Amino acid sequence: MCRIYRHEDSPNIDNVIALKINNNSISVDDGTTVAVAILAAGVSQFRHSVSGESRGPLCGMGVCFECRVTIDRVAHQRSCSIIAQDGMEVVTDE
Amino acid sequence: MSKLTIEVLIVGGGAAGMSAALAASQNASVTIVDDNPFLGGQIWRAELGNTKSPEAQKLIAAIASKQIKIINNAQVFGLNNANSLLTETTDGQLELKFEKLIIATGARELFLPFPGWTLPGVFGAGGLQALAKGGMSVKGKRIVVAGTGPLLLAVADYLKSKEAIVIAIVEQTSSAKINRFALGLWRSPSKIRQAIALRSGLRDVPYLTDSWITSAQCRSPRESKGVTRKLDSITVIKKGITKTIDCDYLACGFHLIPNTELAEMLGCKIENGTVTVDDYQQTSIDNIFCAGEPTGIAGLESSLIEGKIAGLAATGQLDASRALFGQRDNAAYFGDKLNKTFALRDELRKLADAETIVCRCEDVSFQRLEEFNDFRDAKLQTRCGMGPCQGRICGAAAQFLFGWEPPNVRPPIFPVKMENL
Repeated sequence: MCRIYRHEDSPNIDNVIALKINNNSISVDDGTTVAVAILAAGVSQFRHSVSGESRGPLCGMGVCFECRVTIDRVAHQRSCSIIAQDGMEVVTDE
Repeated sequence: MSKLTIEVLIVGGGAAGMSAALAASQNASVTIVDDNPFLGGQIWRAELGNTKSPEAQKLIAAIASKQIKIINNAQVFGLNNANSLLTETTDGQLELKFEKLIIATGARELFLPFPGWTLPGVFGAGGLQALAKGGMSVKGKRIVVAGTGPLLLAVADYLKSKEAIVIAIVEQTSSAKINRFALGLWRSPSKIRQAIALRSGLRDVPYLTDSWITSAQCRSPRESKGVTRKLDSITVIKKGITKTIDCDYLACGFHLIPNTELAEMLGCKIENGTVTVDDYQQTSIDNIFCAGEPTGIAGLESSLIEGKIAGLAATGQLDASRALFGQRDNAAYFGDKLNKTFALRDELRKLADAETIVCRCEDVSFQRLEEFNDFRDAKLQTRCGMGPCQGRICGAAAQFLFGWEPPNVRPPIFPVKMENL
């Protein structure tokens, strides 16, 4: 499955980044954060809490750690503070 | 591990840090270290790599013309010694040895626990704006902006400009207090212009004063296994009458908290949650200065002036630094008025019910914390504040709810990979 998501401000269609969220391909504009790419892929639960609650981004600025996901097999990365790169493999809720 | 020796090191690439860098660069070689991918901090956060503010663009261009070294995506987490910081970068650990240090670590949002605040779809006000600037589409999304202060108007305005449907702005302060505050703005004509521009853009959005959020709801029951729970509606109270509003997102902002962790780790004196500085923005440690929100929440203009004073003073330009003291006092006046007008009401301390989570990292409920007398006890018995955010969210929440002093800072002040420790 491939979804195309583009930010309304972007004038340039060539400036897209292709990455994988839970093994689904998605394209986003260059400069998009990984957290936003995850939301654009329709995923709202980034992780589950120690008691099993659904959790997603809260602070958007790298402080609360609620948006942490696995990026290129490295766990616990704050997705709101990392810019999406071509070929990235992101896994949520691990 | 790599090591750099730096004449003037600035931690934080926001308004205060950039302003300090420019001022210091007139007389010294300067390096900015920042945990974000781009300069601008929170207030001037880049939108898909570029900040939209002309004022910020000017500063960034000036910095580029000055050969100021910028280290992005670097998280300061520890110390090697009193004059050397340890950072984690994308290439591993980097040690930054400094002669002079200017701390410009900015602020974070205060989050207040209420039933349902942990549901995905509940964001900080600045948080949702930051995500939108990171490319998140809010077009057609029904959003309630709640909390207190002028940030709510700025966020609502921004979200509307991105074609969100802002259902309401829910402000806890009374309209009488806000009107008095507005009348007092005659001292700052630029603020009046900003306020008028914001309000006219938001004419069709209900601005509920004396109102606050009491809970956020999800339709799927808590026990539903395998179902992602997320926000469906919120409940608001005004004059004792509650109303439930369907929405996609809630953006809530209840003030800012100074990021003082780095200053505290270095041993700088902290009082009432802010870094103590003298007229020259010098901390209790001779070669360490501090500017912007960590010295007290006072807004953008104050951060710019404090940064400039710190940058000049740190590099021996004392006369030029002194010439700015008057400007700083004016900016501080505005900050003080702001904090008084939008002081949080007591009712907000009673929003959490027994089961409401206070520590989101370790899922510690209000009920479990209630029996303790201070944060330290609570931490030992419940693990509250021991998760990856290290009490940055629950420490401030517990201070508001129970009056507890926030937990002491110990390195590493941010979690780092084992190999970088």
